Amino acid sequence: MKFSEAWLRTWVHPPVDTQTLGEQLTMAGLEVDGIEPAAPEFSGVYVGLVQQVDPHPNAEKLRVCQVDLGQGEPLSIVCGAPNVAAQMRVPVAIVGARLPGGHRIQKAKLRGQVSQGMICSAAELGLAESSSGILSLPADAPLGMDVREYLALEDACIEIDLTPDRGDCLSIAGIAREVGVLNRCTVRAPAIEPIPPATEARIPVQVQAPEACPRYVCRVIQGIDPRAETPLWMQERLRRSGLRALHPVVDVTNYVMLELGQPMHGFDLAKLQGEIQVRLARAGEALTLLNGETLSLEPDTLVIADQERPIALAGIMGGAETGVSTETRSIVLESAFFSPHPLMGKARRYGLHTDSSHRFERGVDPEGQVRALERATALLLDIAGGQPGPLLEIASEAHLPQPNPLHLRRSRIQQVLGVELAEEAIEDILHRLGMALEPAEGGWQVLPPSGRFDLVLEVDLIAEIGRIHGYDHIPTRHAITSAVPQSLPESAYDLHRARTLLVARGYYEAITYSFVSPELQRKIDPEQAPLALANPLSAELSVMRTSLWPGLLQVARSNRARQQERIRLFEIGLRFRQAGEELHQEKMLAGLALGSVYPEQWGSPKRTVDFFDLKGDVEALLSLNASLDRFRFIPMPLAALHPGQSARIVRGDQIVGHLGLLHPALAAELDLPESTYLFELLLPALETGQLPRFSPISRYPAIRRDLAILVDQDISYDQVRDCVLRAETQWLQEVFLFDLYQGEKIDSGQKSLALGLILQAPSQTLTEQEIDASLGKILAQLREELGATLRE
Amino acid sequence: MMNSSDLGIADLQARALADIQSAQDLAELDQVRVRYLGKSGAITAQLKQLGRLPKEARPQAGRQINQAKARIQEALQTRKEALTQAVLEARLAAERIDPSLPGRGQTSGGLHPITRTLVRIERLLSQAGFSVVEGPEVEDDYHNFEALNIPPHHPARAMHDTFYFDAHRLLRTHTSPVQIRVMECQRPPIKIIAPGRVYRCDSDLTHTPMFHQVEGLLVDRVLSFADLKGVLYDFLTQFFERKLDLRFRPSYFPFTEPSAEVDIQCVICGGSGCRVCKQSGWLEVLGCGMVYPKVLEQVGIDPEAYLGYAFGMGVERLAMLRYGIDDIRLYFENDLRFLRQFGSGGKP
Repeated sequence: MKFSEAWLRTWVHPPVDTQTLGEQLTMAGLEVDGIEPAAPEFSGVYVGLVQQVDPHPNAEKLRVCQVDLGQGEPLSIVCGAPNVAAQMRVPVAIVGARLPGGHRIQKAKLRGQVSQGMICSAAELGLAESSSGILSLPADAPLGMDVREYLALEDACIEIDLTPDRGDCLSIAGIAREVGVLNRCTVRAPAIEPIPPATEARIPVQVQAPEACPRYVCRVIQGIDPRAETPLWMQERLRRSGLRALHPVVDVTNYVMLELGQPMHGFDLAKLQGEIQVRLARAGEALTLLNGETLSLEPDTLVIADQERPIALAGIMGGAETGVSTETRSIVLESAFFSPHPLMGKARRYGLHTDSSHRFERGVDPEGQVRALERATALLLDIAGGQPGPLLEIASEAHLPQPNPLHLRRSRIQQVLGVELAEEAIEDILHRLGMALEPAEGGWQVLPPSGRFDLVLEVDLIAEIGRIHGYDHIPTRHAITSAVPQSLPESAYDLHRARTLLVARGYYEAITYSFVSPELQRKIDPEQAPLALANPLSAELSVMRTSLWPGLLQVARSNRARQQERIRLFEIGLRFRQAGEELHQEKMLAGLALGSVYPEQWGSPKRTVDFFDLKGDVEALLSLNASLDRFRFIPMPLAALHPGQSARIVRGDQIVGHLGLLHPALAAELDLPESTYLFELLLPALETGQLPRFSPISRYPAIRRDLAILVDQDISYDQVRDCVLRAETQWLQEVFLFDLYQGEKIDSGQKSLALGLILQAPSQTLTEQEIDASLGKILAQLREELGATLRE
Repeated sequence: MMNSSDLGIADLQARALADIQSAQDLAELDQVRVRYLGKSGAITAQLKQLGRLPKEARPQAGRQINQAKARIQEALQTRKEALTQAVLEARLAAERIDPSLPGRGQTSGGLHPITRTLVRIERLLSQAGFSVVEGPEVEDDYHNFEALNIPPHHPARAMHDTFYFDAHRLLRTHTSPVQIRVMECQRPPIKIIAPGRVYRCDSDLTHTPMFHQVEGLLVDRVLSFADLKGVLYDFLTQFFERKLDLRFRPSYFPFTEPSAEVDIQCVICGGSGCRVCKQSGWLEVLGCGMVYPKVLEQVGIDPEAYLGYAFGMGVERLAMLRYGIDDIRLYFENDLRFLRQFGSGGKP
């Protein structure tokens, strides 16, 4: 809502300057978005009377005007405006004047004729975006008066950004009330008297939807002057409120809307058929609006109709066919109360948002229709004459908002705000806000004014008191709350440690959008049907990710495009998977690594990251809260990964995640290097871990024996290891792989594994015989189960 | 060279000492030792010949030889230490490295600035007794709007440009639905924060369709707006690690009353007015208020017996102010050159 400060000050005139007024409004919850001068800087422009207009001897389009400024000799001014005419009062920039933008007026010769100034258009004075001619001032504008003074341009346009609950402040009247409360000063509304009818002219009205339109007020006005013009003062107030003057009827209804907050509409009586109906649209009905758009109406839309057709979208916009024009002589002026609830969302559905719908959706004063109509009638009669008919009001009391008296407890005010206020201060605030007060148990019975749809509960009144008292005047304290230690499962997966671990291993954390491109999604995870947004911003961001890989791959691509050759990324976030009717939103930890294992450095050879580097990182993550023994890495082809270099990670029968090399075909398609590795862990599956459990440490020496065996190529290391662990359960403390060989020196189809075995007994030093017996058992078992042989 | 046995003991000693001095390494020195003190060394030979001397001459000659031997031994020891020291020094000199050469191995990566900020917020508020909870990002209309007193078509919905899936499901537009989910299954006292991603259908210079919020909720028997002011004042002071002027501006959220927006004194210009604060000297960083009784009622908490306060903050904004980031879109481009600035500064 934008308004003129000077206009506001005709209602309420607090002894504060513009800046302070703005701060007051902001701190009362009416956030000031901007304050601008009503007109740009200019000087030396006075009211002049064009006495005589003569053709320019040397230029067809120019005229030479004699302009009287009320004193001294008339000035001779060359003017090119098509509308300049004798007896016109106009703004004259005299020699030495400074116009907006710093343009200075000098004595000049235009095609041989001396010009002692310039007659200005509204645009030249910064009062309009564009003008087709010079500005015509009223006939009573005093000659020689400074135009800034005459037009009261020392004014500010204040724009406030109102929250949706404060529909009552979408008017000068509403803002004036707030300013009056804040400054404790009197608010003076213009006198509005009932207009006695001059004729009996009326139009029948049928309100068929009283729940949506509990009050409909209208009046016929005949014989208005089609040549009438909206007076400059009203045009200026509209302009300073961000509206353009269009037609006296439209301007008056807009003016009253700005002044009192009641949206109104004027129909051209001559274009109406028979009567006015307020009803729901019928299936198939269409309506062409004032903005030229034709709507096909939905049956739940409230319309104003005549006998034949809809003529307005109730509370939103009038129809084009029945709108006022320069031909209009008789009108029906409408002032209605449309209930907020049925209207909510309707304008938006048709892609509309108007000053009228904005107000009705938030709620206008249900008691204000008659007053607004009387005000508009009086203004219109002043401007365009005409004979008013009687005022017609149709109201359904049952559907009008009912008064909602609230019980306000003194004790509750203190409880909620945390500050104790004097009774008089509370009463003063509520009175000034227009509330009726009666004493009641422990406090008051409060009746809010009719336009305050936001005051529903006691706490709404408390908020009002807090707001006017000033949040800044509420003390700062600390709640006394119970000191209950919260649960802290020690073996739960600690995500922050996981992050720190990855950071220490050279990974950067990325945060990518949860919605991705369906194409990329399909390439990575073709088996999942992703959840699609109904209203995505773009096709690229239209489906919910079922994996974090698409986002990481995108980030890798964009970084590669910026010459980054070594990329290590991780992300933590939800994936969204549909399983039948169910949607699983699961938290994932995913990573990507490409390029060299280490940053390029001196003194060590460069090596590209491989599967087992990545597996090392994954194992570190898994072992944060559980023993690695519990996890298995099982070969598992996945669409996104190289079928021979990918694995599923399981614990028991639970899938924990996946890792592997990006499929070469995908790498080529995405223009990523062949050595792009990915992992993804399902965090809920890691949630439960183990607490550390102490076991006694042997004081006797540990013995290491190495074993090099040959096995078939297809036998996995896990099989070998399991076999060893099963074979020797007594002394074997640890088994590890220290070499793997395949190649010339052994049979093809076989591989050599070099195992390190650590043997130790808890209460003795192992003898050579015992050690040999252990190794014998292990070898026998390997031979038997896996066909392993000892490598010579 | 004269035969050493021909020499007098004094000369022998003098020669030995000279040889010791001129030995250039330990091996040479050992040869000198052998030459004089070895089994067939000159001094040893002298001792062997003692027996041939007349009896009365023996003690003196013996003393002289032993004195010479002791002198030579001492000189050998001194020279040995000097040579050992020289060897060590030479080795140390040879082994000198350039400690300014770069270290090897993995360099650290870094956390995303949003996470860094989230962790900081969580730590600060955990200290104050708030526990961290999370909620779903695909939400239903009920939890995101209706339970928060935002019925369908309410003008407040226009402030949330919502991503929808269908008539019921949407991407949460704020972290406030977590309030509802917690209150549905937990009885007061409740003291939680809910960090997470939120989504709005809006993308331009100053908006991204996804961003992060942290919601806070406290429900207890005795609680007031003054307490809300207190927690936020201290939180923001600690977060920015400086005393800041704060401004609580009345505002509107359908699920709180009274409601306020919290402005901090601009951390860029100190309140004198700049581009970031649009010359106002203030920056909006938080929304907050006392939980609306209808919201408590909806989840079965008696609003007469309990009061609640809630607050919500935008993490991107706080991180921008703290680290001087000037473009919100940078957060989700994940340019390594950007991310590196918030890590430990390692090279790629």
